[in-house]
Amino acid sequence: MTALLEVTELKKHFPIRGGFFGGTTGHVYAVDGISFHIERGETLALVGESGCGKSTVGKAILRLFDITAGQVVLDGKRIDDMTAATLRPLRRRVQVVFQDPFSSLNPRMRVRDILAEPIRNFGLARDARDLEERVAKLMDTVRLPRDAVNRWPHEFSGGQRQRIGIARALAAEPDLIVCDEAVSALDVSVKAQIVNLLQDLQQELGLALLFISHDLAIVEHMTHRVAVMYLGKIVEVAPKRSLFAAPKHPYTEALLSAVPVPMPGAQRERIILRGDVPSPINPPKGCRFHTRCPYVFDRCRTEEPKLAAPRTAMAPGHVAACHLHDRPDSENPLAVAKGEAVIPV
Amino acid sequence: MALLEVDNLQTHFRTPDGVNRAVDGVSFSVNAGETLAIVGESGCGKSVTAMSILRLIPEPPGKIAGAIRFEGRNLLELSDREMRGIRGNEISMIFQEPMTSLNPVLTVGRQIGETLRLHQGLNAKEAEEKAVEMLTLVGIPEPARRVREYPHQLSGGMRQRVMIAIALACNPKLLIADEPTTALDVTIQAQILELMRDLKHRVGAAIVLITHDLGVVAEVAERVVVMYAGRKVEEAAVGPLFRTPRHPYTQGLLGSMPKLGSSLHGEETRLAEIPGLVPSLKQKIPGCVFASRCPHSTELCIQVAPALEEKAPGHVAACHYAMKEGALAA
Repeated sequence: MTALLEVTELKKHFPIRGGFFGGTTGHVYAVDGISFHIERGETLALVGESGCGKSTVGKAILRLFDITAGQVVLDGKRIDDMTAATLRPLRRRVQVVFQDPFSSLNPRMRVRDILAEPIRNFGLARDARDLEERVAKLMDTVRLPRDAVNRWPHEFSGGQRQRIGIARALAAEPDLIVCDEAVSALDVSVKAQIVNLLQDLQQELGLALLFISHDLAIVEHMTHRVAVMYLGKIVEVAPKRSLFAAPKHPYTEALLSAVPVPMPGAQRERIILRGDVPSPINPPKGCRFHTRCPYVFDRCRTEEPKLAAPRTAMAPGHVAACHLHDRPDSENPLAVAKGEAVIPV
Repeated sequence: MALLEVDNLQTHFRTPDGVNRAVDGVSFSVNAGETLAIVGESGCGKSVTAMSILRLIPEPPGKIAGAIRFEGRNLLELSDREMRGIRGNEISMIFQEPMTSLNPVLTVGRQIGETLRLHQGLNAKEAEEKAVEMLTLVGIPEPARRVREYPHQLSGGMRQRVMIAIALACNPKLLIADEPTTALDVTIQAQILELMRDLKHRVGAAIVLITHDLGVVAEVAERVVVMYAGRKVEEAAVGPLFRTPRHPYTQGLLGSMPKLGSSLHGEETRLAEIPGLVPSLKQKIPGCVFASRCPHSTELCIQVAPALEEKAPGHVAACHYAMKEGALAA
């Protein structure tokens, strides 16, 4: 059986307009050739820092814009070059939950209308009674009281609004939900409620999730596989445990060691990256991470590494784009499992 | 004597639908050279506490009561002029959003120099020299060039370094940092936290760190105040607070955080939730502010507010049931 979603060599370059005649003066290479897949019922996390292109990937899959190059295949059908009319029925199958629960709900619509809109649009309800019944069931699914359907978005707290956002995504009965920083704006105690809800829903409904996040602790808690992005490229993809126990890309290792952990006085190896992420308008030649990499050597500056399975990977399906793995193990600092050293226990 | 003593601070705001008790009787002290963290979720009053210390709350609609003693002087009794001599000079502040707290039309050198010229009477040339020195201190490469640049030419991490340089320019005795790393990426956050730890050793200022991130607290603080719904619910040294939290809210907060490294040990547990919502601060709450969400609450908790009691040496919590030693008696 094919994967639910298959993305191949996806590119999205945004033109920069400027100059006297408003011509194109350059491009932002937001996403520059990435490939990955998501199985049915699976959670894939897309992690990385601001500006690495992770949200652009989410929007490309939702086809909120046209992509520059590459392919997006949903359940065997190529959707990146479909016309709007043929794509429309397929839009039902991929839904989204946004980060900000305040700006993503229309303040002039009651909760009932927010939830009924996708059901009507995709013609899922037989009649008015069925519609009402579906809306009520959605409220149950996200653990909100049924009688709250007559209220307005402003009457709810941030966590409750995020529940409404999730219910709206579920209304279309999707196979895949793109969660773009869906829990980042929430307070710790509320975040836990929403994370638990998403996990329950995934089990009950067999949903696949593309979980876009910068919070590695949450990612580790709730996903199956993790893809790490840096400056428009995927640098590492691995099953969760393999990635956290034995990261095979220096950027992943640095990210893990930089997360503050709630354990005072914990002993850990710290890798503090110097400098800032370079601009995606003019990304570095060779490996894009070479300007900040603690293990950089000559080859990294000229030749771009490809995603490949390192010999020392802990689990199958673990790939990383790093030249270190072509060296003998004695000259490869990432040959050993470093997870325990950078994450204190 | 403590450097800063906040005594029964009450900051209330008049609103069209009642008085909002944003901070409702909070007391704590900061010793010279110490790092104190104030943690809590949005709306718990931690930022309002910080703003109250520097009297940055507009009055009205705000109203600050209680006492804030800095080196023995009650800041609430000073004139506006005297207060200006303290802000940015003896007590300075770093804000969360480095883009909006810098002036976009002035070079960073001018902005660092401004405090120096105002408080230390330096002339323009001396101020620029000192600004270059400050930029070097906070680890900005090529300081002589950067000092003439504008905020938009710097990255987020560098802007936050500039904010720190401005805050430290006059050698303050107390630095208030309100969510200094929240807007930054994790690798940049690590750089800034490293810088703050390093500067603390070199400069020796006391720090009040306001944050919601318990990970950041564990990394930099020595003592922690936990706030909930405008009140202080627990205070302890950082080690005991994380090892044996006494207040059910602190316990809930720690339990609801996913731990990095959980997959390494096969602990695939469900996150603990704190049910319900923070109560509205517009109603007077006679009992414990956490009672409506607490798994252990009883009739007593709803009716009588628990006093802050010492549960272990140097470890206070406001809970009727948190035992003096050991965990909570259910």
